[in-house]
Amino acid sequence: MNIHEYQGKEILRSYGVAVPNGKVAYTVDEAVEAAEHLGSTVSVVKAQIHAGGRGKAGGVKVAKNIDEVRTYADEILGKTLVTHQTGPEGKEVKRLLIEEGCDIQKEYYVGLVLDRATSRVTMMASEEGGTEIEEVAEKTPEKIFKEVIDPVTGLLPYQARRLAFNINIPAEYLSKAVKFMMGLYQVFVEKDCSIAEINPLVTTGDGDVLALDAKLNFDDNALFRQKDIVEYRDLDEEDEKEIEASKYDLSYIALDGNIGCMVNGAGLAMATMDIIKHYNGDPANFLDVGGGATAEKVTEAFKIILSDDNVKGIFVNIFGGIMKCDVIAEGVVQATKEVGLTIPLVVRLEGTNVDAGKKILADSGLNITPAESMADGAEKIVGLVNEA
Amino acid sequence: MSVFINKDTKVLVQGITGSTALFHTKQMLEYGTKIVGGVTPKKGGTEVEGVPVFNTVADAVNETGANASVIYVPAPFAADAIMEAVDAELDLVICITEHIPVMDMVKVKRYMEGKKTRLVGPNCPGVITPEECKIGIMPGYIHKKGHIGVVSRSGTLTYEAVHQLSENGFGQSTAVGIGGDPVNGTDFIDALKAFNEDPETEAVMMIGEIGGTAEEEAAEWVKANMTKPVVGFIGGATAPPGKRMGHAGAIISGGKGTADEKIKTMNACGIQVAETPSVMGETLINVLKDKGLYDKCKTH
Repeated sequence: MNIHEYQGKEILRSYGVAVPNGKVAYTVDEAVEAAEHLGSTVSVVKAQIHAGGRGKAGGVKVAKNIDEVRTYADEILGKTLVTHQTGPEGKEVKRLLIEEGCDIQKEYYVGLVLDRATSRVTMMASEEGGTEIEEVAEKTPEKIFKEVIDPVTGLLPYQARRLAFNINIPAEYLSKAVKFMMGLYQVFVEKDCSIAEINPLVTTGDGDVLALDAKLNFDDNALFRQKDIVEYRDLDEEDEKEIEASKYDLSYIALDGNIGCMVNGAGLAMATMDIIKHYNGDPANFLDVGGGATAEKVTEAFKIILSDDNVKGIFVNIFGGIMKCDVIAEGVVQATKEVGLTIPLVVRLEGTNVDAGKKILADSGLNITPAESMADGAEKIVGLVNEA
Repeated sequence: MSVFINKDTKVLVQGITGSTALFHTKQMLEYGTKIVGGVTPKKGGTEVEGVPVFNTVADAVNETGANASVIYVPAPFAADAIMEAVDAELDLVICITEHIPVMDMVKVKRYMEGKKTRLVGPNCPGVITPEECKIGIMPGYIHKKGHIGVVSRSGTLTYEAVHQLSENGFGQSTAVGIGGDPVNGTDFIDALKAFNEDPETEAVMMIGEIGGTAEEEAAEWVKANMTKPVVGFIGGATAPPGKRMGHAGAIISGGKGTADEKIKTMNACGIQVAETPSVMGETLINVLKDKGLYDKCKTH
């Protein structure tokens, strides 16, 4: 799960991790009020959307007085920002963060992430603040320093010091930098983060070490014990179909193609997309109905697939293990009747109770094209969609 | 012979009184798996499906002599269940449970350091040695006894591969589902090592997917150590980038994780990779022909 920058900073602040003073604003008036309240000579108006690259897209402006705050807030609120992470359609700005400006001496990068190779949380740091870490990794990998953290001891002060020295944070900032890193690790483990990236981390003329930006992502599997994080969820930032799917415990990701897919199991779902592409088709989505799908779930899955206007055909690919093919077949028939399907539907069933499942489809009288294998099904649906 | 489990494996079911666990306990018993006990706190002394239930794993091990367990405990409690089984010194723990928080698994992995237990999973279909022992949730009937080892990160894609093998007359020695989570127990290399040493296994099918670098590391290991042919498949070649994995994760793994990268490394290490998921079986069979193993592996 993603949250906004201002929410991330609220969490950091509550752990004693230094961030600039700031306030969220939903309207231009609120933005002005926030700036007046902050009382700093310079304030920063920052668009709050769940995507990086806001600065380059014109979503971050430095205001030298209250009038400028008003002008920039008016300009950015309601604007659709297109960044390299939003996709071409962009994202509309509905919230702003009004923050006091600070006297930046130098920018750094600090991030925490799970290292799959060691199964441990790892802190990364670099002197190249403000640049995306991917770019640094590609061009100057020697400038990224890492500390692998033992979950029993947590991040140790000497590790934080070593990172600070490695990225050349001046000695007078050392103790504040160490405190910052220790606090950030605390947030990461206690809040079940999957990513905590501070880019840039800055040293200021006032002698502070601050998080100028904050990107916190959370492990969806841990949300059951992070009620306060769930409160931060902003549905405006999520795909409507993905929200609907999550209600029914379906794993759905919208894509750009025209062939809707319904599959059980994430691996098979990915492989199904691959084989559709192999036959020169284009999948409209990734959809894993999971192991325990019921007729109701299948119906909902169909509705979600069909709510995408680009869908010109559906391919159902099920390998029943726990899931029985007759249950799926009944769900498909029920869903087809309920939603009044008018586009081609190819169904490939294999596994537990496959014969019963095939019989249900054949006896339904509905226009369902059966397939004998994955390849057969993919070829058929691509053919049918191209004919139409 | 086989790897990890055989007809003598004595299995405990942790969380046996839950509905999913009960369903699969029945299925495993029908398959012939020796389920010797179950564990559900506060249900000790009762019996389900003719299997005695215990309050703790330690009690169950003492009473039954179990050497393996399978976990169906709900995600919030699953890490604790794994550590309890490790503490009871079981040889093998297979965790089926999905959606375990990553931080819990980081703790589990640390706890397991220096301990004897092998963990398979979590978020996996389990392990099956056809016609001897099935531990997990896979449909037993698609598997046939034979000489192909199967190791995979995905559940249903494994069934697909096994089905293609069985349909063409190539039985399996053991099929191991290592699970799709970023932090798991047994990895590709552990399974490949076991298959390499297993006299029954003649060739291995390895099914991976995008994300992480486990496949690349396994491929390097195969090149250096494996004496048996390995074929592969990587799911997700067409998945859009950035939609799924945290981007900083790819940094630590050296910018790897794409299907292209994995397939290139696997090919360079002598692993043939099936072009589509529907030719996984066919690709393996062609390699068997090339290596003169076709007749030896054709079981039915």
